[in-house]
Amino acid sequence: MRGKGGWLFIFAAIGLVMAVLGLAFGSVHIPVGEVWEVFFKQVDGPYRVIVRQVRLPEVLTAAVAGAGLATAGLLMQTVFHNPLAGPGVLGISGGASVGVALAMLAQPLWAASLVPQDLLVAVAALAGAFAVLLLIMVADRRLGDGITLLILGLMVGYLCTAMVSVLQAASEAKALKGFVLWGLGSFAGMELSRLPWLALPILAGLAGALGLMKPMNALLIGDEQAGSMGVDVPRVRRRAICLTGLLAGVITAFCGPIAFLGLAVPHVARAILRTADHRVLLPATMLLGAALALLADVIVRTAGGGAALPLNAVTSLMGAPVVLWVLWSGRQWGRR
Amino acid sequence: MREGMQHILQANGLTVGRDGKALLSDVQMTFPAGSLTAMLGPNGIGKSTLLRTLAGLLQPLAGQVLVHGADVHRMPATGRARQIAVVLTGRPPGGMIDVQTLVALGRQPWTDRWGRTRREDREAVEHALVRADAIDLRHRQVATCSDGECQKVLIARALAQDTPVMLLDEPTAFLDLANRAGIVRMLRSIAHEEGKTVLFSTHDLQLAMDLCDHMVLLRRDAGVWQGTPGQAMASGELAKTLEGSGVAIDHRTGTHRFMP
Repeated sequence: MRGKGGWLFIFAAIGLVMAVLGLAFGSVHIPVGEVWEVFFKQVDGPYRVIVRQVRLPEVLTAAVAGAGLATAGLLMQTVFHNPLAGPGVLGISGGASVGVALAMLAQPLWAASLVPQDLLVAVAALAGAFAVLLLIMVADRRLGDGITLLILGLMVGYLCTAMVSVLQAASEAKALKGFVLWGLGSFAGMELSRLPWLALPILAGLAGALGLMKPMNALLIGDEQAGSMGVDVPRVRRRAICLTGLLAGVITAFCGPIAFLGLAVPHVARAILRTADHRVLLPATMLLGAALALLADVIVRTAGGGAALPLNAVTSLMGAPVVLWVLWSGRQWGRR
Repeated sequence: MREGMQHILQANGLTVGRDGKALLSDVQMTFPAGSLTAMLGPNGIGKSTLLRTLAGLLQPLAGQVLVHGADVHRMPATGRARQIAVVLTGRPPGGMIDVQTLVALGRQPWTDRWGRTRREDREAVEHALVRADAIDLRHRQVATCSDGECQKVLIARALAQDTPVMLLDEPTAFLDLANRAGIVRMLRSIAHEEGKTVLFSTHDLQLAMDLCDHMVLLRRDAGVWQGTPGQAMASGELAKTLEGSGVAIDHRTGTHRFMP
């Protein structure tokens, strides 16, 4: 544990650099010095609008969403003792997608209700995420086998995709366009006034996860063994799973089903820190998740040469090789 | 059993089983401080279930388990973890963790809610690593340890928990002869020198006969028997246990051999 704390500062520094790049780069390039002035001096002009009203919300969204997804991934990997667990693989993002599809595509049905669209989408996504999580929890207890659980998660994911396709086929063009764009994933388009809807649940989720550091460490040597050390294992599992559902559900509702960040970031953090001790791994995973989400967002805005790339493609290109490397080198999970 | 010895761990009329089905009924056992006990019995008779029930991890179907006179199954979990340390079979499920960090997990019942270690915690970990002969492994990843090394590390973790009682489920499984002897000798010195009550399940009859203070024999028809290896031999209880198994006891040398 000692000597690893320094990495937290390094990850935080990388995150800050990425955030500044996120404010500076995009379809309009703003010199870093100007970014500084926008924040600390009273200057007016187009830069001020771009930085404060367009890019700042996007950067904040990317940071909290990245930290939240990475944390959700780590919680699942520890609780299910499975290196390949993550919100995407286990079908949780898929469940949230079905919720979002119901909310967005079946809009005419809800139009009469007074509930704001945002809230409706968020609640629907949360309901979908928790429905799948409950299923996974029951299945985990019955199957007791990591590989079978992963396959079950993938099947649930396919089922969700199929349900979404059916909903898409039956919906109007206008609603469909919004939904398809949502499905590509994006940190953009969040107004500062709406940001708390996303940020507050995520911050609560992150705080809750930090409170689980000690019992999560105990889970590393097995559920039963953790129980013998005084850990109330069922309660810890329930809490971790609720936090995962909250994080994955809210983020999927606002940013779309973002692939691979939750699955890959904990592995990168583990590989750098060379420890699974959650007292450093969890904060490191949060910081690194934020930093990599910011990097992905910068790539989305700059690499396409004017046109924004789909975020999901960028995170997949970044994350999939990490997962392949984990499978290839399996040693770190004790399989020899 | 010597007179005046304090009985730390006790089972009173204990019936254990899983899913409401009894495996062993009305078990009466006592384990004094500073003693090493081996628990022997055929596969499937309920060794693991009995051990887990003694550890407070499984609820008994009837009866009670007492540590220092207090009911194990009515204690708060942390309080129980300060009395009984458990080493279960098999390697830890994985994840990237070094030996010292894993052994330090044994301090969890004693640390604050963030798991911060104080000086006495670090000293306990150091002591446990030395005691279990795992000090040279401290910076290794657990996943790279051999089965024998892994067992030492797991025992070190239980030692770091600093409990009067230590229960181990088949600590000698999967080990070669030398490592098996080494582990049981280590458990013996832990029991004798640190005054702990150590109980482990095993299929190693000879190790139990030669190195343990007490034996618990679990039999399908004859019930549970407890006593010293000498008594087991003299009273014919051991022979009764092995009856019809094709294994014969030589009463002169205290060894057993397999009949062709």
